[in-house]
Amino acid sequence: MATSTVQHGDNYINHSQGIMSWLKTLDHKRIGIMYLFSILFFFLVGGIFALLVRLELLAPGMQFMSQDKYNQAFTYHGAIMVFMVIIPLIPAAIGNFVLPMMVGAKDVAFPRWNLASYYVYMTGALVAASTLFMNGVDTGWTFYTPYSIRTNTSAAWVLMGAFIMGFSSILTGLNFIVTVHKLRAPGLSWDRLPLFVWALYATSIIQILATPVLAITLFLLILERTLGIGIFDPKLGGDPVLFQHFFWFYSHPAVYIMVLPAMGVISEVIPVFSRKPIFGYKAIAAATFGIALVSFIVWGHHMFVSGQSAFANYVFSLLTMFVAIPTGVKVFSWLGTLYKGSLRFDAPMLYVYGFLIVFTIGGLTGMFLATVSLDVHLTDTYFVVAHFHYVMVGGTLLGFMAGLHYWFPKFTGKMYKESTATWAALIINIGFNVTFFPQFILGALGMPRRYADYLPQFETLNRLSTVGSWFILLGFLVVAYNLWSALKSGVKAGNNPWGALTLEWQTPSPPPHENFTNDPVVTEGPYEYVGEKALMGVNGAV
Amino acid sequence: MGSTTSVAGQRQHAHHFKNGREEFEACKQGMWIFLVTEVLFFSGLFLAYAILRVFYPEMVAAAHHELDWKMGGLNTVVLLISSWTMARAVSAAQRGQAQKVVSFLLATFICAGIFMCVKYMEYSHKIHEGLLPGSLFSFKDLLSVDKVGLFFSVYFVMTGIHGLHVLIGMGLILWIMKRASRNEFGPNYFTPVEMLGLYWHFVDLVWIYLFPLLYLVS
Repeated sequence: MATSTVQHGDNYINHSQGIMSWLKTLDHKRIGIMYLFSILFFFLVGGIFALLVRLELLAPGMQFMSQDKYNQAFTYHGAIMVFMVIIPLIPAAIGNFVLPMMVGAKDVAFPRWNLASYYVYMTGALVAASTLFMNGVDTGWTFYTPYSIRTNTSAAWVLMGAFIMGFSSILTGLNFIVTVHKLRAPGLSWDRLPLFVWALYATSIIQILATPVLAITLFLLILERTLGIGIFDPKLGGDPVLFQHFFWFYSHPAVYIMVLPAMGVISEVIPVFSRKPIFGYKAIAAATFGIALVSFIVWGHHMFVSGQSAFANYVFSLLTMFVAIPTGVKVFSWLGTLYKGSLRFDAPMLYVYGFLIVFTIGGLTGMFLATVSLDVHLTDTYFVVAHFHYVMVGGTLLGFMAGLHYWFPKFTGKMYKESTATWAALIINIGFNVTFFPQFILGALGMPRRYADYLPQFETLNRLSTVGSWFILLGFLVVAYNLWSALKSGVKAGNNPWGALTLEWQTPSPPPHENFTNDPVVTEGPYEYVGEKALMGVNGAV
Repeated sequence: MGSTTSVAGQRQHAHHFKNGREEFEACKQGMWIFLVTEVLFFSGLFLAYAILRVFYPEMVAAAHHELDWKMGGLNTVVLLISSWTMARAVSAAQRGQAQKVVSFLLATFICAGIFMCVKYMEYSHKIHEGLLPGSLFSFKDLLSVDKVGLFFSVYFVMTGIHGLHVLIGMGLILWIMKRASRNEFGPNYFTPVEMLGLYWHFVDLVWIYLFPLLYLVS
């Protein structure tokens, strides 16, 4: 895997100058960075809404919002975080930067469509966000009919925004699939592909197959609101449950669009910081596809109380249990890699340890909810809220944070301060659990989700949860400060500070315009941490 | 797909591909994946249609008489011819016969134009009669039929989205015609014509399903 690391000062950042050279760039690395900043901006917006929701729930009774405003706040939090943040976060930002380098390509297959996807994303995001200055939206991020047809808020514009953003997701997925098929470096056979690439490939397949169904669903709902076509409107003979089927046919697979890339990051980081070949390479790759496959046949578990047939409930319940098998294969393979490894505790790895604990809790509580009899009790309670935050925040977001800290030196050529990063990781992990663990208990006790108020007996746990949200905020502020100051005045990171073996580390940091100074040739798998290579990077630099 | 750099009529493949062959293969795969997303996009509508048939079979049977099967049949024939002319255009492009490419694309464009004209006549007739989607339905002979507006919702949404695809296809045909007339295509480079062909056959294929499902139900 050796490539020359000749330094001649040219990299993707200084290759061309001026703001227009960024806005019109076809370089996948720059597009990835543009995505990263845009998505992080919306993460801030969605986060502010989350903090407002938690602040309102600090005590029983209404604190500072009207109930209508509260409905809007949780809707914006959900819609922004799902459609604008977690879905594109890892694939479009980190994946765009890293995937072509990992396969040894100069760019993605269709660079113009890649840039187009960014502008499509921004257009959709701005259309959706513009409703903040109109009548808002209060449907919840799921847009259930018939309420979403009747509400007087600007729901149509949010639907339009999500509809548009779907195309950016499709374009990214399409680009990744073709890139992996057609642009791999010589010697990079399928069984030598890094697991992050496998994860993004499986994610792309879900994006390709599921997103168009969401597109037509949202389109029909827009027509429903504007023309009254009646397909989802019971008053006109339509079927509101059909909307739920359509919506979850996309939105359940979308959960794996969110979490598979994070699992890919975990699979990259663990072997590097255990200095060991990954345990069960083929099993993890196969499990990735197992999850992608199962994701399409379990959507009905969101609808156990929708009035669908009892038989359908049994089938969907059983099928949902199957998700646990490939997921278990992955978790045990990761643990197998850690076992007897030379474990390190750098910032990326701290997020991985957090992920392993938190994601496992999220996954196992998913089994609770897959059980029909228990789900009927827990539906629309805080138990569900806690479950999907354990998966989405604990899974995707912690995976993203691991990836961000892992690839930051590659993106920028700079190294952040390790001690600060360690503190931030601890604060975020603790804050997360303090925020969301009480919600499992609240849900089991029967506190319903999406209510602006609650009974006095739920006060202590709600207070705890709100205080936890402040720790999450603090943790992210520390991360932002740490990475920003590294960008301004960080020490040089070197080309391969972690001693990793995948291709993106075998080229200068930040990478040159066309990624590699010589075309890479691959001669072995990506995780052959044996002999000398097991010791590389242990002292912080190569 | 893929960027063009014409150097004195000789087109170079985009910088990140090894050669023109690799670029062609990538574009073709990308196009097929795009068509998969199109199939799934339409599949939602076909499912909605199927549910409509199951829920209200008598209503669908009564409502479909308001669609003119002769007009729909004419459009089917027109689109089938356009698929043939498109296939000829692609094969001419592969042989580098620029004039033939332009002629066959023009024939395709005319067929598409006829299709849209017929569609326009059908639409304006229905709008005039009040055969409209859902809550807007006001055609008095059928007002006694329960939920009849739903049939026209599905009719307008399905044929409308299909018609939009035809219009986009017409725009693409003009663009490729212009490039063909500049002699850009030949045995070494005919990717855009081939991709256009794939798209156009897909658009035809959707109509082949729409026609019997909407016009010929009984």
